[in-house]
Amino acid sequence: MFKILKREMLTPNICKMVVSAPRIAKAAKPGQFLIVLANEEGERIPLTISDYDREGGTVTIVTQLIGASSAAIIAKEEGEFFRDVVGPLGNPSAFMEMSEEQLKGQKYIFIAGGLGTAPVYPQAKWLHDRGIAVDVIIGARTKDLLIYTEELGSACDNLYLCTDDGSVGFHGVGTACLEDLVAKGKEYTQAVAIGPMIMMKFATLTCKKLNIPIDVSLNMLMVDGTGMCGACRVTVAGKTRFACVDGPEFNGYDVDFDEAMRRLGQYKTEEAEVKAKFVK
Amino acid sequence: MAERIPRVPVREQDPKVRAHNFEEVCFGYDLQEAMLEASRCLHCKNPRCVTACPVSIKIPEFIAKVKEGDIQGAAAVIGEDSSLPAVCGRVCPQETQCEGSCILGIKGESVAIGKLERFVADHSAESDETTRPAATVTPGAKKVAVIGSGPAGLACASDLAKWGYDVTIFEALHRPGGVLEYGIPEFRLPKDAVLKREINEVKALGVKIETDVIIGRTVTIDSLMDNEGFEAVFVGTGAGLPKFMGIPGENLNGVFSANEFLTRNNLMKAFREDYLTPIHAGKKCCVVGGGNVAMDAARTALRLGADTSIIYRRTEVELPARKEEVHHAKEEGIDFQMLTNPVEILADENGWVRALKCIRMELGEPDESGRRSPVPIPGSEFEIPTETVIMALGTAPNPLIVKTTNGLEATRRGGLVADEEGRTTREGIFAGGDAVTGAATVILAMGAGRKAAKAIDEYLKSK
Repeated sequence: MFKILKREMLTPNICKMVVSAPRIAKAAKPGQFLIVLANEEGERIPLTISDYDREGGTVTIVTQLIGASSAAIIAKEEGEFFRDVVGPLGNPSAFMEMSEEQLKGQKYIFIAGGLGTAPVYPQAKWLHDRGIAVDVIIGARTKDLLIYTEELGSACDNLYLCTDDGSVGFHGVGTACLEDLVAKGKEYTQAVAIGPMIMMKFATLTCKKLNIPIDVSLNMLMVDGTGMCGACRVTVAGKTRFACVDGPEFNGYDVDFDEAMRRLGQYKTEEAEVKAKFVK
Repeated sequence: MAERIPRVPVREQDPKVRAHNFEEVCFGYDLQEAMLEASRCLHCKNPRCVTACPVSIKIPEFIAKVKEGDIQGAAAVIGEDSSLPAVCGRVCPQETQCEGSCILGIKGESVAIGKLERFVADHSAESDETTRPAATVTPGAKKVAVIGSGPAGLACASDLAKWGYDVTIFEALHRPGGVLEYGIPEFRLPKDAVLKREINEVKALGVKIETDVIIGRTVTIDSLMDNEGFEAVFVGTGAGLPKFMGIPGENLNGVFSANEFLTRNNLMKAFREDYLTPIHAGKKCCVVGGGNVAMDAARTALRLGADTSIIYRRTEVELPARKEEVHHAKEEGIDFQMLTNPVEILADENGWVRALKCIRMELGEPDESGRRSPVPIPGSEFEIPTETVIMALGTAPNPLIVKTTNGLEATRRGGLVADEEGRTTREGIFAGGDAVTGAATVILAMGAGRKAAKAIDEYLKSK
């Protein structure tokens, strides 16, 4: 059992939780994810690790209300327990494997969309703490749906907010903001996009046009998260890869996004039935 | 000599009924039937059945107890060599092991050793008397880590605990049991009534089980040995990686590995109304492969309401699945397409499976395994309309432990390098079961776990 120490709604649909999980907190690295099973009858839900505290033995997760199982996660109150939390899973971000020499002179740009903003935080922070140049673009539909603005503000050199309705910051989507920045003379050596699949697809197309390499973090369907089920398979550079053990981050240029989006919808009918039955 | 008693048939659920439920197929013997069946044993001086058993259960000895009606006594005899008798009585391939070597089988029918083992385990568990030894972990005992709570790990941990070691099993999933939990369906191995009960018996020996720990990710073997005081490690991580065919269309919606399909239904209990797990069998399902896992996947799809076919490239004679499973599958109405091999999975306009394109095969020359290898018949391609395709082509060991542990070596096929007693290429680390051999049987894994336990005991005593 894993105790929920803190719970905070960041928007009406997005919930941040600090969970006691000492083993995971000790091992977690930026870019990795974990799996939460809220209750006995729930599903194993993969969530990217948004922060970790090795001394305190806690990990932070951010969940968006989508179906019955995410609803079960969010329904938990402070002091209550998750049946299971397992991880860290997947490979750490590519920059974690790079030497100081290789990182020197790199200029990172993160493009974060919606829920994907939370996992950008430990990555940007890790680079920023080491003096690597990091800019972050956060996009959302409207001002009230932007999350992690304060945390990210102190974890990068420049934070750019964008909203589809122009209620704050750049009026438009994150990729348009990136194009605007580059047009104004900004230079980046590496982009990282985390967010909805469609947003990562367009971030990749934009980066191709701007000639910036890009990594994307794929949030595929999973059961075990250890390479056992193959539910998370994606085509990368023409080969089938498992997002759980080969990813979750891949070179965006190589990812078959259309296939990935189609595979995400594989249990749509069943999920809708379950949601109608269990979520009031 | 009196007329020989024929093998006592075992009662089973009606195939038409059980095709629509997940209750156990076989009801097992009652006391009277078991005692009658036990009376058929000839008590050979050199019991070939014991030699053929990978964990060397004293078969004639336990059968003698059953014959006398002393079921607790029989359970105690089995308990000396096996920690999972109710499991093994159900899923062991007895026909190629104990029963396959039974003298009675030469001219007639062998003693139903598996069914007797199962009866003893179930019957003794139902009674109040306890046969299991009490927890024997001595304070200050040496610590041993067992990675994986499948058959190999449970067998290894049980022996070590009986000898007084302080044993902790680390399990990656949220419930212990390994393939017994996520792979084998409820209708062959009831989870709460049988598996949980036997795992509880292992715990009662003093074995601790820590779930949700992925060795190589959550913590490494090196860290367990350097920071947590474990003096020896047994790796029984099985063979969990699914194989695919590499044909076009395998990433279409509606194509699943047998592992995904079975894990959703078994571990995640998708068949139960009160669980949230989605599963998709469709109205028509094709299962590719001919092993026990293929039978399990097909019979699960059938129970979920799909008209189901098994697609296998050789003939029925070569089916690697147990005869009993094939027989049960047929009784339940599974269609068998033999000498058939998929070449492509065809999509509808939304990227979902529409049909499985296959080619007919014929048997050619024997290959290195001695089996005649199937050869495609040119121009014989045809389509089987289907909504889902389940790939049950075997599994390979997970590379995570090898990648994250210093000094461990694996073979080209991914199995850990280990000798007969389970010693790996690194001192203090032992391995056995599917993690070494690649996918095999529950009982072979248990045998390997027991051998490794002995080697660990010797190693720790000499240290």
